[in-house]
Amino acid sequence: MSEKPEDAAVTTSAQSDGAGPKPAAGTTLTKDAAPGETLLKVTGLQKHFPIRKGLLQRQVGAVRAVDGIDFEVKSGETLGVVGESGCGKSTMGRLITRLLEPTAGTVEFEGRDITHLGVSGMRPMRRDVQMIFQDPYSSLNPRHTIGTIIGAPFKLQGVTPEGGIKKEVQRLLSVVGLNPEHYNRYPHEFSGGQRQRIGIARALALNPKLVVADEPVSALDVSIQAQVVNLLDDLQQELGLTYVIIAHDLSVVRHVSDRIAVMYLGKIVELADRESLYKAPMHPYTKALMSAVPIPDPRRRAAKSERILLKGDVPSPISPPSGCRFHTRCWKATEICTTKEPPLLELKPGQQVACHHPENAEDQAPQDTVLLTAAKEAVELVPDAVVSADAAQKARAEATGEEPEDAK
Amino acid sequence: MTELSKSGSALGEPVKDSPAPTAFLEVRDLKVHFPTDDGLVKSVDGLSFSLEKGKTLGIVGESGSGKSVTSLGIMGLHTTGQYGKRKAQISGEIWLDGTELLTADPDHVRKLRGREMAMIFQDPLSALHPYYTIGHQIVEAYRIHHDVDKKTARRRAIEMLDRVGIPQPDKRVDGYPHEFSGGMRQRAMIAMSLVNNPELLIADEPTTALDVTVQAQILDLIRDLQKEFGSAVIIITHDLGVVAELSDDLLVMYGGRCVERGPAEKVFYEPRHPYTWGLLGSMPRLDREQQERLIPVKGSPPSLINIPSGCAFNPRCPYADVPKDNVTRTVRPELTEVGSQHWAACHMTQEQRERIWTEEIAPKL
Amino acid sequence: MLAYLFRRLFAAAVMLVVIILVVFCIFFLVPRWAGVDPATMFVGKQADPQAIEDVRQKLGLADPILVQVWEFFKGLFAGRTYAAGGDVTECAAPCFGYSFRNEQAIWPVLTDRFPVTLALALGAAVLWLLFGVAAGVLSALKRGSLWDRGAMVVALGGVSLPIYFTGLLSLAIFSYGLGWLDAQYVPLEESFGGWLGGMILPWITLAFLYAAMYARITRATMLEIMGEDYIRTARAKGLREPVVIGKHAMRSTMTPILTMLGMDLGALIGGAILTETTFSLPGLGAAVLKAISDKDLPVILGVTLITSLAVIVANLVVDILYAVIDPRVRLA
Repeated sequence: MSEKPEDAAVTTSAQSDGAGPKPAAGTTLTKDAAPGETLLKVTGLQKHFPIRKGLLQRQVGAVRAVDGIDFEVKSGETLGVVGESGCGKSTMGRLITRLLEPTAGTVEFEGRDITHLGVSGMRPMRRDVQMIFQDPYSSLNPRHTIGTIIGAPFKLQGVTPEGGIKKEVQRLLSVVGLNPEHYNRYPHEFSGGQRQRIGIARALALNPKLVVADEPVSALDVSIQAQVVNLLDDLQQELGLTYVIIAHDLSVVRHVSDRIAVMYLGKIVELADRESLYKAPMHPYTKALMSAVPIPDPRRRAAKSERILLKGDVPSPISPPSGCRFHTRCWKATEICTTKEPPLLELKPGQQVACHHPENAEDQAPQDTVLLTAAKEAVELVPDAVVSADAAQKARAEATGEEPEDAK
Repeated sequence: MTELSKSGSALGEPVKDSPAPTAFLEVRDLKVHFPTDDGLVKSVDGLSFSLEKGKTLGIVGESGSGKSVTSLGIMGLHTTGQYGKRKAQISGEIWLDGTELLTADPDHVRKLRGREMAMIFQDPLSALHPYYTIGHQIVEAYRIHHDVDKKTARRRAIEMLDRVGIPQPDKRVDGYPHEFSGGMRQRAMIAMSLVNNPELLIADEPTTALDVTVQAQILDLIRDLQKEFGSAVIIITHDLGVVAELSDDLLVMYGGRCVERGPAEKVFYEPRHPYTWGLLGSMPRLDREQQERLIPVKGSPPSLINIPSGCAFNPRCPYADVPKDNVTRTVRPELTEVGSQHWAACHMTQEQRERIWTEEIAPKL
Repeated sequence: MLAYLFRRLFAAAVMLVVIILVVFCIFFLVPRWAGVDPATMFVGKQADPQAIEDVRQKLGLADPILVQVWEFFKGLFAGRTYAAGGDVTECAAPCFGYSFRNEQAIWPVLTDRFPVTLALALGAAVLWLLFGVAAGVLSALKRGSLWDRGAMVVALGGVSLPIYFTGLLSLAIFSYGLGWLDAQYVPLEESFGGWLGGMILPWITLAFLYAAMYARITRATMLEIMGEDYIRTARAKGLREPVVIGKHAMRSTMTPILTMLGMDLGALIGGAILTETTFSLPGLGAAVLKAISDKDLPVILGVTLITSLAVIVANLVVDILYAVIDPRVRLA
């Protein structure tokens, strides 16, 4: 699979990033990379998990969990990554934190290629890149006090913070909103939300530059989710952190992110700043994904007509569809979509999309107009308002920024 | 809106000790307690509501609020509690179509299960038996309540699979659960629960384990099927978005009790309980402009062994000191009518709540 | 399903070949490295060197190792000829060689004794499955009841009491004391009644030990299964409790029990040494016990191979049953 077109796309995105970092981040920033500078750069990243069979463990195929993605994360910003199960977003998170070895591609952190660093080479890197996990129940060792858990990174790195480890751990506990006196308690004495705070404190111990959070709130109750989201927000403001937040919940991702990458079957299909993505999504998948989110407003039920129902399930990442991977479920798919993989192009400043027939933008393959049979079936599930040429026209006219068909 | 106003009548405050309820399903002062070594877990502690055929009631709450325990209680499935070997202590009344289930003959209740009342569970992979084909499980569900031969039942199973949108139902009927995708499995589960045309369908977090695009398909399916079958539906979820999609009425649970209940529109637009405000403020919303900050509820859900005295929500309530004399910490608030068909259990006066909602809460959402 | 079957069969065959190789090496090569000459063991230490040399030639012990392995294999499947000078002995397939002690061919010894052991193992297995599983299920369903506690105390006793204790105790009571059963093994060909009478006590004694283990495993598995979501679903359908337990729960409970059964049966067929000795049954276990004390390598080798074969076959059968019960296994 060629990544060349996407390489080109990355360079353009670097020049013109629509969403700047949060202004407050700059004030307290004490890091090397100035806000807005590229902190993490990922090029052509791939991870294929081999499938082996038989006595000889012959490789008969591979789960192409991440299949050639490029993006950058700038210092001080939050990149949100959304997608459904099996899209490779979690694998991506483990690749950029080097918990997994990539099959191909490079990961650069502060301009340094860290793709193939060994354990010892990664050790200083581990201070700068930390991860927060989804499950606050299983990611904490039940036999250790939280003092030990949060203090462990210091011991691993051989660092003694000013005033000693205990004092630093207590400071971290109060930073994440826990009682510093609970230093000697065990994880089971805390609720789910508190445990996630412990996980966050551990991640913050070494003053990292980049925090990768994989579904940080999805295991938590609604009222607790908001606490943790706000905490992550506050910490970013205070410490000038850079986040990559991976989540399946589009509302949470919108709330926390400056820029958002939408993944589908191991590929980034759209990468844009928050406003553009949510107001005028270009990729049909992004559009369907957003329209599928149930809105907590009973009056909107009458407006059901806006919902795009996708046919069937996400195909298997073992043998993803040819061409554009979304063509099997897309209502706009034409011949070209089955044969040619669309490159991730910047069709609007700050908005990259990989689609031959994007919404809210110039058609990339206008000569190809005959819908696939599957697309004709799929189109029946798409409300008229979305399909009609009028809407498309209007969208194109307003692609500069205003939302074309806000449902309010 | 006529539909909504009609649904309101389903919410009549049940009158105690009146043996003949008019509603299709009526739950009165339901208590489900589990004795454990650490103490009595009061999962549900005095819950009352009613529901008419053709209507959907959404029960919303966080983990441990008692919403799932309630549904299992209605189905009579608390034979062995998850809290260990001791049996659940259940009291109160559950009236289904004129039959009181808690005092009825267990075998009679068993016959109602699956035929009159059916249930959809959260995780279809674990809720379907891994060793039997989908068809076998649906046929079994049908033949318990219908005296038909296997062939007829199989035809019925295929028909149901087709109805819930499973492609090639005559082939997939012989498939095993692990051969289905998550969404298809939940469809099969729905087909199985509807095979006997139940009058009451309880869906316990039916879409929580599914991806968002599949969730949309399933919600759509449940809505269509309800229209077609005219059953009463109870949908249990933590997701206010899901209930807003489906429910006519809404019941908000906290600490095993109902804190607010009313027509969905009322509860979303004129909520009258601080916990409901907290839920609404906690969620980022796609349909609104970006909020600057979420307004979370402080603290954690209560322990069901030591439910706070007075109002169970008082330790987390920002307005706990608004009512006089520390009453929120000593007296348990009863549900009081705060609007047409709309009840809330809060010590604040109607005026105080209206003022706080319109001036302090609503503008920030 | 067919592909699964083929894969399991193939794997079993490969396993068998590997085991034969390993076993041969251990029995014939290791003694040599340890400084013990099999030929000396055959003839006896006091024999004159010429006799030892003759035996070495005849058994092919002087040949290169690969030739020895090949000859051994060939003997198993096609028969072989032992020859040294004019002394020629034909050994028909399957040739396991000759006993060092009485110069008898091994194979007839094995075929003679195998049925006894097989009958003992299978009969006991039927008993322990019936009673162990039933007791386990009942205990699980009545958890915490008097029955549960009683059954588990008995099970604990069964697991911890050695077979020579329970065996001798039962002999003392039923055979010598009450005189109900004869403590004598009677071959099946002679009298069915006599055979049955001789087998009942060994069966019960052996089954008691295993039934106790199976009851505990069944109880634990059943308790876990009864908490599964699909059991709740089965109840939510309106199924009667006996069907929920007997059909939905039992099918899942069978899988770990089958796994254990495969291993236990295989091991027992290899020789229920204690039981056979206690009840003087002429089975493989008794034979191997004697062979060990006689340092009769070929007999031990033969019994080991038969045991391996039994374990492999038992596991094959279990694997197939497994696939019948659990459709997900067929994919693996």
